[in-house]
Amino acid sequence: MDQTILIDENGKRTDGRSSDDLRDIKITIGVLKNADGSASIEFGKNKIMVAVYGPREVHPKHMALPDRCVLRCRYHMSPFSTDTRKNPAPSRREVEISKVMREALEPAIMLEDYPRAAIDVFVEVLQADGGSRCAGIAAASVALADAGVNMKDLVAACAAGKVNDKIVLDINDIEDKEGSADMPVAYLPNLEQITLLQLDGILDESQFNECLEKAIHGCKMVYEIQRKALIEKYFGNDLPEGEEKELEENKEN
Amino acid sequence: MFDLITNGKRLDGRSLEDTRDLEIEIDIIKKADGSAKVKLGNSEVIAGVKVETGAPFEGLENKGALIVTAEVLPIASPYIEPGPPDEETIELARVVDRGIRESQMIDLDKLVLIPGKTVYVIFVDCSIINADGNLFDAASYAVVAALLSTKLPIFEIHDEKVVDTGKKQEPPIRTLPVSITSIRIRNNIIVDPTAEEESCMESRITITTNSNNEYTAIQKGSTGYFTLEQIKFAAQTARVKAETLRTKLKELIK
Repeated sequence: MDQTILIDENGKRTDGRSSDDLRDIKITIGVLKNADGSASIEFGKNKIMVAVYGPREVHPKHMALPDRCVLRCRYHMSPFSTDTRKNPAPSRREVEISKVMREALEPAIMLEDYPRAAIDVFVEVLQADGGSRCAGIAAASVALADAGVNMKDLVAACAAGKVNDKIVLDINDIEDKEGSADMPVAYLPNLEQITLLQLDGILDESQFNECLEKAIHGCKMVYEIQRKALIEKYFGNDLPEGEEKELEENKEN
Repeated sequence: MFDLITNGKRLDGRSLEDTRDLEIEIDIIKKADGSAKVKLGNSEVIAGVKVETGAPFEGLENKGALIVTAEVLPIASPYIEPGPPDEETIELARVVDRGIRESQMIDLDKLVLIPGKTVYVIFVDCSIINADGNLFDAASYAVVAALLSTKLPIFEIHDEKVVDTGKKQEPPIRTLPVSITSIRIRNNIIVDPTAEEESCMESRITITTNSNNEYTAIQKGSTGYFTLEQIKFAAQTARVKAETLRTKLKELIK
């Protein structure tokens, strides 16, 4: 059987990246008029739109909590987003991803600020390219910030994995299917908290540590892109005092 | 409970890293091709294996198919109601399935009858009959034990038709995956939680290792977080604890 070449002799991957490169990421904020907060993300070939509605009244009412807000999350793939048409009914995979996504976002949100209310996060994958849950989380956290929801930190997300026995950052579709391990991680960069961690594939102890640390490093890079998108949207070219200097410093590092 | 845990103790007298006693009984359902009943403390799970033939999965045309499901029966706890599976049950089934699948416990390459067309399809269905915490591990041990007890029917192809020869064979086992679940309560990592402990947890992590002590599947769950150190600690603990349990599962292979 022909083995697809995932890493060539120069250490380049199928899309020309080296092992520590992210795919191109573009985040646009405020893309949906009706939503309280929204963002779209292009993460490699992933195209994902996120809408945040709320904090708003809870329906059905018995779901409301007396001391904090209910966070609800739906991850959904459009039928045309994959190679073979995806049945539009929510699959078990989507139900699970919706759950882990909610659990990844929740630690960052100050839910206690909105008792008896609900925040709905709708993540729609228009085009899928591997790593869509991470891209979805990154966009969702920006959309939550755009909705003005009180947050302790942004949630950055990125996967790392193993391809040809080498640990690489940000697995794409082919690497996910043909590679030997995939580890998506979500991380609160300022609080240093891991809020999503999954693994499928085989890693020994040192590979496991390397993979986890590489994914966290990737999250920090994604965080800078999220932050930049928010600053651009809300301050344009007139950066608030101090920010400009800080950005410059970050660049130098 | 918080006071106890801060002092390194638990309500049932275990230390924070102890797992509960594991009891395994195999071949309890004669109509199944393999079966097991597992008790992890008061959590009880029955797993049954049914072997059929059918079409392979799309994209995996030259491999047999392995399907693991899990269901929390209404008899398992006063809090369970009959009906379609909720989010938690779907996660449970998918995490148990992932643990077994990603470890490549069964050599699926050996279960092909007509490449691309007809393969062995192995169903492992888990029923949780009493729920007292850590259903992830209890169900996973039940699946592994049931697969170890399985006698695969030997199918042959005659004139492009599948014929059951009536003979049996051992399944092609490559490795023994062991799942270890820990939870975080405040800043303590607690292994194999009871339902009572789970009701106080902030976050949960399920880590599966194979016979070579490599990590094969992980799932973080629940609404809290872990720090990098806590994850490394849980991962290390999972490797150590898995070995004892693996020895126990090995005894099932005769």
